[in-house]
Amino acid sequence: MFDEPNKLVLGLVTGILFGILLQKGQVAKFQKIIGQFLLTDWTALKIMVTAIAVGTFGVNLLIAGGEASLHIQTTALARVLIGGLFFGVGLVIFGLCPGTSVAACGEGKRDALVGVIGMLFGAGTYVAVFSTLEPMMNSMADYGKVTLPEVIGGAPLLWALGLAGVSAGALVVLERLHPHALDASREKVDISR
Amino acid sequence: MRNVLSMKSWSPYVVGTGIGILSWFSFVSADHPIGITTAFEYTSALAEKAAVPEVAEPYLADQAEKNRRPKIDWEWMLVVGVFLGAYASSKLSGDRVPDEHVPPLWRWRFGDSTAMRYLGAFAGGFLMMFGARIAQGCTSGHVISGTLQLALASWIFAPTIFIVGIATAFLIYGKEGRAHV
Repeated sequence: MFDEPNKLVLGLVTGILFGILLQKGQVAKFQKIIGQFLLTDWTALKIMVTAIAVGTFGVNLLIAGGEASLHIQTTALARVLIGGLFFGVGLVIFGLCPGTSVAACGEGKRDALVGVIGMLFGAGTYVAVFSTLEPMMNSMADYGKVTLPEVIGGAPLLWALGLAGVSAGALVVLERLHPHALDASREKVDISR
Repeated sequence: MRNVLSMKSWSPYVVGTGIGILSWFSFVSADHPIGITTAFEYTSALAEKAAVPEVAEPYLADQAEKNRRPKIDWEWMLVVGVFLGAYASSKLSGDRVPDEHVPPLWRWRFGDSTAMRYLGAFAGGFLMMFGARIAQGCTSGHVISGTLQLALASWIFAPTIFIVGIATAFLIYGKEGRAHV
């Protein structure tokens, strides 16, 4: 029923830090998330691209050094595409993603709490109809647990460097087109409401 | 430290760098990528196992085959931590709007009925989590943790949800909605 206590404490500490970061990033907010999907507020994408670039570099370095191992999902196209379709539609109706909805509950947003209850029912439904879903989830090709370097070639660390470079370039352009100051001023309007 | 935590917001680049470094920490300390939705799946599976065991049986059998067992684990505590961290952060900066249960954009589109907003939140949360469990990951598990491991599945999932999300947002709110975020 329970993991070892030290793992539980580590999870809690990691979660507290993650929660602070999401809250300070202002992304535990409906307006910010939908603002991103309406392409007016770019805070969420800036955070994500930065996190991925920084994360890719460190984690692949750790894996190359034998300090960590890969934990990835299988490339079952039906799962990823059909799941992604449900996920994208639900995310925009709700206005928060799983992590940010839990953070929004921490901010005291009652609609987020209702959404989290909906999430528990969604997960429960998946568990309950699992055997019915299986044929659908296996209906397309499954390429297995593979990474881009394995499929395309090249060393993971080279990929990490390349990704960091491309991300940095993209963020410089994005910042020029959509300065953070404008997104931040939008924040103040939200809060004053 | 207190001063930093009392700020209402940090630069998205600081936050992004923080999340990236946190992912190194989670790999080194727990050999586990940051994720959220498996914890929801396990919680619901444990509840169903207790209340209606026959309903959860095929799922539990499949998990056992993969050498996994729903439990209160590292990720479950991470979700609890996200709640506590966001609570502390918003308290310290005063970034809380306790009476705002209907976001401004939603109000503009659907009116100020709280019941309507709760219905949307419930249905949206339901669909989103159902999709996340089919896809085996969410914005954290796939879009951040999966892509940073250069996983092919996650590099397909990320653009899929962005395209679907943009289409859905414009369908619901249209171009006029952009003036309300």
